[in-house]
Amino acid sequence: MKKKLISALLCAAMVSSMLAGCGGSGSTETPAESAPAAESAPADAAPAADNVAPAGDSAAAAGDGSVYYLNFKPEVDAQWQEIAAAYTSETGVPVKVVTAASGTYEEVLKAEIAGSDAPTLFQINGPVGYNSWKDYCLDLSGSELYNNLSDKGLAVTGDDGGAYGIPYTVEAYGIIYNDAIMQAYFATEGAKAANVDEINNFAKLKEVVEDMTAKKDALGIQGVFASTSLLPGEDWRWQTHLANLPVYYEYKDNNVSDMAAITFKYSDNFKNIFDLYINNSTCAPGLLGSKAVTDSMAEFALGQCAMVQNGNWAWGQVADVDGNAVKEEDIKFMPIYTGVSGEESQGLCIGTENFWCVNKQASEADQKATLDFVNWMISSDAGKDYMVNSLGNAAPFSTFGDAEKPSDPLAKEMYRFMESGKSSVTWNFTTFPSQAFKDDFGAGLLEYCNGNMSWDDVKELVVTRWAEEKSATAQ
Amino acid sequence: MEKTLKRYFAVFTLPTVIAFAFAFIIPFAQGVYLSFCKFTTVGNATWVGLDNYKAAFESGQGFTSALGFTAAFTVISVITINLLAFTIALLLTRKVAGTNVFRTIFFMPNLIGGIVLGYTWQQMINAILYRYETTIVSNAKYGFWGLVILMNWQMIGYMMIIYIAGLQNVPTELIEAAKIDGATPWQTLIKVKVPMVMSSITICMFLTLSNSFKLFDQNKALTDGAPMKKTQMLALNIYETFYGRTGYEGVGQAKAVLFFIIVVAIALLQLSFTRSKEVEQ
Repeated sequence: MKKKLISALLCAAMVSSMLAGCGGSGSTETPAESAPAAESAPADAAPAADNVAPAGDSAAAAGDGSVYYLNFKPEVDAQWQEIAAAYTSETGVPVKVVTAASGTYEEVLKAEIAGSDAPTLFQINGPVGYNSWKDYCLDLSGSELYNNLSDKGLAVTGDDGGAYGIPYTVEAYGIIYNDAIMQAYFATEGAKAANVDEINNFAKLKEVVEDMTAKKDALGIQGVFASTSLLPGEDWRWQTHLANLPVYYEYKDNNVSDMAAITFKYSDNFKNIFDLYINNSTCAPGLLGSKAVTDSMAEFALGQCAMVQNGNWAWGQVADVDGNAVKEEDIKFMPIYTGVSGEESQGLCIGTENFWCVNKQASEADQKATLDFVNWMISSDAGKDYMVNSLGNAAPFSTFGDAEKPSDPLAKEMYRFMESGKSSVTWNFTTFPSQAFKDDFGAGLLEYCNGNMSWDDVKELVVTRWAEEKSATAQ
Repeated sequence: MEKTLKRYFAVFTLPTVIAFAFAFIIPFAQGVYLSFCKFTTVGNATWVGLDNYKAAFESGQGFTSALGFTAAFTVISVITINLLAFTIALLLTRKVAGTNVFRTIFFMPNLIGGIVLGYTWQQMINAILYRYETTIVSNAKYGFWGLVILMNWQMIGYMMIIYIAGLQNVPTELIEAAKIDGATPWQTLIKVKVPMVMSSITICMFLTLSNSFKLFDQNKALTDGAPMKKTQMLALNIYETFYGRTGYEGVGQAKAVLFFIIVVAIALLQLSFTRSKEVEQ
């Protein structure tokens, strides 16, 4: 009897461990397949589509094709499902939207595009992404999407001059600050500046930040900057976004837009701002390896710190935190100053790494349906409304009027900077050699914070890994 | 009887053979083929011969250092898991109240998925290291021992059940005979019980060895190879080769084939070694 029991237990154990194994890997590898939810929810989608005129001509001609969009941004998955349902109910063309889990887009795309039901619409992150997906990118230079692009230079172009990736949004990042805390600081005795406009270079920023750190108890904050998240996979704000600045200036000095090898000439400028971040933060540098981006954003939202480096997409994250203490009118942008001469006229980092591509290997009917769908997104009233208000995209298309811009506070700040005459820093990290390079850079920064690596070693690492990865991925 | 069995052999085995072919043999063959190709998606590959295998051993690929870390981890975890599991099995085969409750409790961690466990232990270990203003990713040693602890916690219960089954099958007359001959409990354990449960030891060694060597989920969730890939195990190294940069999918595939050969070789060696120690009851 007992033997039987044990053998039964053993069987159960084996089966369960198999199941547990599947469950574990499943959670990382499968995309968030939420298409069925969308199909059953057209009723919810109706209100947004109700008050606008039907799209008209583009809809009827779609034929029997269907659209499958592999979405990159998990934060707007629900909105995309709503759009898919609205488009289907308006035109009868089936639209399926699948969202890849954060940080797994390339993996999901690799798996999905090899299948028989491949995405007809997907996205790449720029020239490097185009290099790996060029076999699948349709030349869009004759499409409405490209014709309506307000700055044709934004598109990803191939060697043959065709336009293979069309940006659908423009984004900006910089140092986000909480104006309420800044005003409280300016009111303190011996404040190093009287208003934010006086902070227009690194020396001033450093002076202010260090004085704020000294007065942090009076200001009711735990540190000036939110924690510099260096948990593996959560370090893109530093190895990608912050690293863009020294690379931007190096490209600019050499008058190029890509380099096979860099000298990391502005590494000291990177160190300037990075040291300032980690030494005036809410936690000790040794603890940064346990912090995620959401930790940083929560600290900012709860008013525990005054500044955080991030982009205009962060407003949603800040607003959604329970107990959010930052008012909409207090959230503002400041450029990232690193101590480069002439940086007084430097603006925010504005660009995009979101380019739509149409799958060249999809059937012609599907390609047509997909082009009609994206065209609807940028030209019909309903589509434009979704683009701007649901997705919060600052769409770079001439079909969008002045009134059709996102109204969240950080997007407004972005437009303010674009119109202020300051020179924006372009997004050059789309030319960074590979994910492996970025990961290694991030790992180096973590080692630096933990005191296991000197700054010179980090610099060395960046220079050698850049050259190695550039030559490794050159095809 | 024999004849009818032979006649219907195909009918009875075909479903399994087909399933096995689709789920295992075909993907495996395709995987081996792809390791000699340059490709981005599996449907679009060009033959490049042995280039991928050469590239796999280049410095900067981290394959050899990952192999070293994996080997060290496997040795330590196989020893600790089996020793602890066997000790607990011994304790829980005594006639003490509540053994069934304990068996269940010890077995439970095995039912939790690796990713979940990895993140849970990351939080717990970081909470302890917080006092010293450091984290699990600040030093490769922390990551190493974190992984060992995690695997022990997860695997001990499973191995314990197998050992308990083995220990309960040791004939009581043998133990009684040993007692009458004046053997100490230690001698009974070493000379009677251990040889009698050798088949359980074979199974447990095989399971712990292959599972430790192939570990992925826990490694990915706990440290993700940080710092500087010093805690990166083979499976994670392959995964990152595949997805870390474009044009290296074939190299990742080549590494996976090498990985397969290594795992098979080690498992066969271990099996033949422990099998030779088994005794007939």
